[in-house]
Amino acid sequence: MWSFSNISTNIDEWLRSFLNPTWTMVAEMVIVGICVISLFAVLGLVLVLMERKVSAWIQIRLGPNRVGPKGILQSFADTLKLLVKEGMTPDGSDKFLFNFAPLLAIIVAMLLMAPIAFAKDFHMWDLNIGVLYVSAVSSISVISILMAGWASNNKYSLMGAMRSGAQIVSYELSAGLSILTIVVLCGSLNLNDIIQSQVDGWWIFKGHLPVLISFVIFIIAVTAETNRAPFDLAEAESELTAGFHTEYSGMKFALFFLAEYVNVFIVCAIGATLFLGGWMPFHIGNWTDFNHVMDYVPSSLWFFGKTFFLIFLIMWFRWTFPRLRIDQLLNLEWKYLLPISMVNILLVTLMAILGWHF
Amino acid sequence: MNDIHDISSASKAPGPRKASGFITYIRDVFYAVKSLLVGLRRTGYYFTHHKEIITQQYPDNRETLNLPERFKGEVVMPHDENNEHACTGCTACELACPNATIKIVTKFDLTPEGKKKKAIDKFVYHLELCTMCNLCVVACPTDAIKMAQTFEHSVFDRGQLTKILNKPGSKIREGVE
Repeated sequence: MWSFSNISTNIDEWLRSFLNPTWTMVAEMVIVGICVISLFAVLGLVLVLMERKVSAWIQIRLGPNRVGPKGILQSFADTLKLLVKEGMTPDGSDKFLFNFAPLLAIIVAMLLMAPIAFAKDFHMWDLNIGVLYVSAVSSISVISILMAGWASNNKYSLMGAMRSGAQIVSYELSAGLSILTIVVLCGSLNLNDIIQSQVDGWWIFKGHLPVLISFVIFIIAVTAETNRAPFDLAEAESELTAGFHTEYSGMKFALFFLAEYVNVFIVCAIGATLFLGGWMPFHIGNWTDFNHVMDYVPSSLWFFGKTFFLIFLIMWFRWTFPRLRIDQLLNLEWKYLLPISMVNILLVTLMAILGWHF
Repeated sequence: MNDIHDISSASKAPGPRKASGFITYIRDVFYAVKSLLVGLRRTGYYFTHHKEIITQQYPDNRETLNLPERFKGEVVMPHDENNEHACTGCTACELACPNATIKIVTKFDLTPEGKKKKAIDKFVYHLELCTMCNLCVVACPTDAIKMAQTFEHSVFDRGQLTKILNKPGSKIREGVE
């Protein structure tokens, strides 16, 4: 049967037939790199268009509808514009850091792709501490934002970067705690083990109310971590012009823009893996016929379907809720989300010990 | 307690906290989540129902364009079929205008009784200076001018934007004082 894992195995065998193992490894790494870069490009194009359409429909507008049929070529046109624009470096800026910050942002996004299972037996790196890796690497992205804000030598950029720092440091906690609930339940940090533990039902169904609460907290926290509205104080167009990327233009700006959307994709992929079963098909108890039909849907389709559902959810939040003030933002984290998720993780631990989940 | 509960204002809200802090806390969280869900439901309805679209695809729908009732495009002076207007030349609009958009040049007509009577010679209107504030229309005691809904005003020569609103040969309507 056609599947991503078959394709990767075939390519591996074909390469091994005429290369020694070391060169096979190198060739495979190059192929993976090209695949990740093209995935980035596709994600950037698709997600930008999706965001614009979703926002338009939510605000009773039409959205892009001029370039190409139904406006689907709009993001190609935008990308072309960004590619040919001049990438300016301001005079008073720290040149090296200024040019390095967008690269770091995109490198972090690329690193985060590594442990994600895109389909059945199809992932770049079967890492036994995948969850830890993701939460550790994702917090490096704040350094790229601080770097951009500092190097721009601009008050708006610096304020945006500082806000973003405060925000990511706080929300990392509740995101981590809500991820921990799933780790507690299945007893593994390996993302593939977590997916395997959901073969008889996704955690969001198996885990009752506590997992539902931690799912909601996870979604709120990752929205804050990716600096998207209602937590977009770091770029707050109306207050800080554009926050940390005020001084960026052309392709350097596009890299920040791309990194934001890729980060949204990644956190949604992690959310889908932890709570919605990754590439696991939707199964209901003993309905064998129904389960059989669901098995026919390719696992990659399940994965991308769930991920895009979560992305839609985050976009829905963005175009519904107004932006929080910085004090409201920190109140929400330290007075509400953190205590709730701490109590919640105790509940889940109790549940896991007593075996109350299915 | 009203339903719309902002999280931070709820936590800062003064007043008696007779109910233990914990109950208030739970209630705050409950109302916050509820009001967020109300908002999501509204936008979710808009997302799934595309019946009402407020976008005007302007150059394409010039014929069927729907301008809002209070849209103001330029000042005009309506004339009736006898080429008569209602402007007495009292210059109330000129005085009301905040940026000297209107300039009224008056002349003196002779009435049949041989008396001199003030009337307008030219009602000069500088569209390029006008901010469409509507104060002149409000100030006019005889309703001689009004706001029109035309809006495609671009020209290549700014001289064309200086308009004389009273038509040539027009005179004041009988009975308007």
